[in-house]
Amino acid sequence: MNEGTTEHPENAAAFVANDARLKWHDQSLWFVREKRDRASSVIPEWESLRALGADIKAHTLSRLADYLEEFEKKATALGAHVHFARDAEEHNRIVHGLLRERNVTRVVKSKSMLTEQCGLNHHLEAHGIEVIDTDLGERIVQLRHEPPSHIVMPAIHLKKEEIGDLFHDTMGSASGISDPKVLTEVARGQLRGNLLAAQAGITGVNFAIAETGGFVVCTNEGNADLGTAIPPLHIASMGIEKVIPRAKDLGVFLRLLARSATGQPVTAYSSHFHGPRPGGELHIVIVDHGRSEILGREHYRRTLQCIRCGACMNTCPVYRRSGGHSYGVTVPGPLGAVLAPHIDPKKHRSLPFASTLCGSCSDVCPVQIDLHQQLLLWRGDLGRAELIPLRKRAASQLAGWVLARTWAYEFLGRIARWILPKLPKALLRANDWGRQRELPPAPKESFREMYRRRRGQ
Amino acid sequence: MINAALFIPCYVDQFYPHVGLATLELLERYGVRVEYPQAQTCCGQPVFNSGSFDVAKPIADKFLEVFSSYQYIVCPSGSCTSMVRNHYAELVPDRIAELRSKTFELCEFLHDVLGVKPEGRFPHRVGLHASCHGLRELRLGSGSERRVQPFDKVRSLLSGLEGIQFADLSRKDECCGFGGTFAVGEEAVSVAMGNGRIADHERGGAEIITGGDMSCLMHLDGLLRRQKKPIRVMHVAEILAEATANE
Ligand code: SF4
Repeated sequence: MNEGTTEHPENAAAFVANDARLKWHDQSLWFVREKRDRASSVIPEWESLRALGADIKAHTLSRLADYLEEFEKKATALGAHVHFARDAEEHNRIVHGLLRERNVTRVVKSKSMLTEQCGLNHHLEAHGIEVIDTDLGERIVQLRHEPPSHIVMPAIHLKKEEIGDLFHDTMGSASGISDPKVLTEVARGQLRGNLLAAQAGITGVNFAIAETGGFVVCTNEGNADLGTAIPPLHIASMGIEKVIPRAKDLGVFLRLLARSATGQPVTAYSSHFHGPRPGGELHIVIVDHGRSEILGREHYRRTLQCIRCGACMNTCPVYRRSGGHSYGVTVPGPLGAVLAPHIDPKKHRSLPFASTLCGSCSDVCPVQIDLHQQLLLWRGDLGRAELIPLRKRAASQLAGWVLARTWAYEFLGRIARWILPKLPKALLRANDWGRQRELPPAPKESFREMYRRRRGQ
Repeated sequence: MINAALFIPCYVDQFYPHVGLATLELLERYGVRVEYPQAQTCCGQPVFNSGSFDVAKPIADKFLEVFSSYQYIVCPSGSCTSMVRNHYAELVPDRIAELRSKTFELCEFLHDVLGVKPEGRFPHRVGLHASCHGLRELRLGSGSERRVQPFDKVRSLLSGLEGIQFADLSRKDECCGFGGTFAVGEEAVSVAMGNGRIADHERGGAEIITGGDMSCLMHLDGLLRRQKKPIRVMHVAEILAEATANE
């Protein structure tokens, strides 16, 4: 492994090595993909809904500063406090500051990939504040001291037996439990205590409405409601791209989101927050963390349309067979592979290559992000920045030189076809193609030679 | 009379010449005057997809030099066709409109331009491998992700053949895992994907796996032969040429 770079091929190979897990992981996610297919097929206007969602987002991005300002104004008028954070550190500092000023030591958090991306848990824990993730999947990976492996189903890489063992070790439940119902009850029992004792609740934001200054958090476990109902302080963290113009745009996205994410017609809880609840405090932290830079890059701007449904991961044949952790970033899959290089192209240079460019992600995306085209463009940008391994670049140079010259191409083709059948089997099987696959046949004549013969040239 | 230049991808030229021949015969059978410009090499996709856009540029220039004088450019590969029709926008943006209007994948050309309905006999159970670039970049079929009126140009060409049966696949258009240099760069996932596809075709009872991209078939065939499985691969041009030969 190279110092400081994510090597997707190696991580993926380790995942593939466990055949049973590989098949089961692939099947579980494909199951969700098929559910999404069924859920989207009952909406006759699905494709135009996607186009509409994409258009609304594209429009919003074209005037993002205006809409953010409007949101800030309206939210403030509702009694919320709005903070802007340039990056992860500033976000964490703001959140910690709010907690410290109020002597908060116990926080419940409902799923937020942004806080995950910012490393908020670590930051707060380092300052002696206990953070409990309330989303079951999130809690499971938190207890395992692991990052989530999926943005919607954070613990999808784990089998129920493993979760049973984990709960036995960490919560003292009986050993050998693998019934999801029972396990959920165990976690719920624990969670109840945590919710009652919490002094602050942190949530993410799915959609922030410029027109009203309110925002919506979508969960299936109701934990955004629970986590903010008891404690006096609610902190909501959102990326700058979460804003939408009008309340009536919300319907478009709620219809797209649930169906794309899990194949449900609607998310179980869409919690609306318009200002603090009576007697409570609401702080909204709006985070940039590299997003405005993406906004400035014309080719890549569309990735900011993302509503974080995870459909591109579920459909991605590479994600399904390499697991979320193989990407080494908070957001894995095709989306993660186009987002991560913006933060650190050198470190994440293998990610745009972790794809066959099959295009399924682009077609499944509810807001029509051309993900596979972005993966391809990243390859070009990495090439230009000379961030592609030297061996690979040299091979391209050589191939390019040959392919631009007919005589060289013909000559080398003839040599290859002549020499391949003569090479020892062991040699043919010692490379990345030949280890598990036979080489193509080596015919005597190429097509052009046949053609010439037939045309008597 | 329709004139067409045959664009035979480099690996087909070198390793699967009979696929080139089947393409040529098939087009001639339907009355196309076909020419194979011999200065051609490759569309540049392997280096382009590896991130070396600057190295691919002279190859695209060469492609234009060789092909631009023809009425149509026809290619028995969805992937290479898409490279020229869609991705040359990054390399030769000023010529892309021209290329888009006259470059066709073989099945698409037969179906859309010539409007033929092949007749003949092919009494076999075939598994149709919908190659990704043909499907999602050229829209040769509707694709399982999209909610549009279902269509499949490759299948509709084949379905006119007497005796042909299609294997039922549980994932009808999942990627086979070839992906060009992905096949070697990500060997583990690539092979796992290929084996997954093969298992699906086996369950569907396929005797032959066919499709419009020999590259996908090369990957699947490499796995099939190494594992000594009885399924064969045939390019769709071979099936059509063989089935229509005696009509
Ligand atoms: S890129 Fe599209 S499919 Fe992927 S998570 Fe975002 S909205 Fe969903």
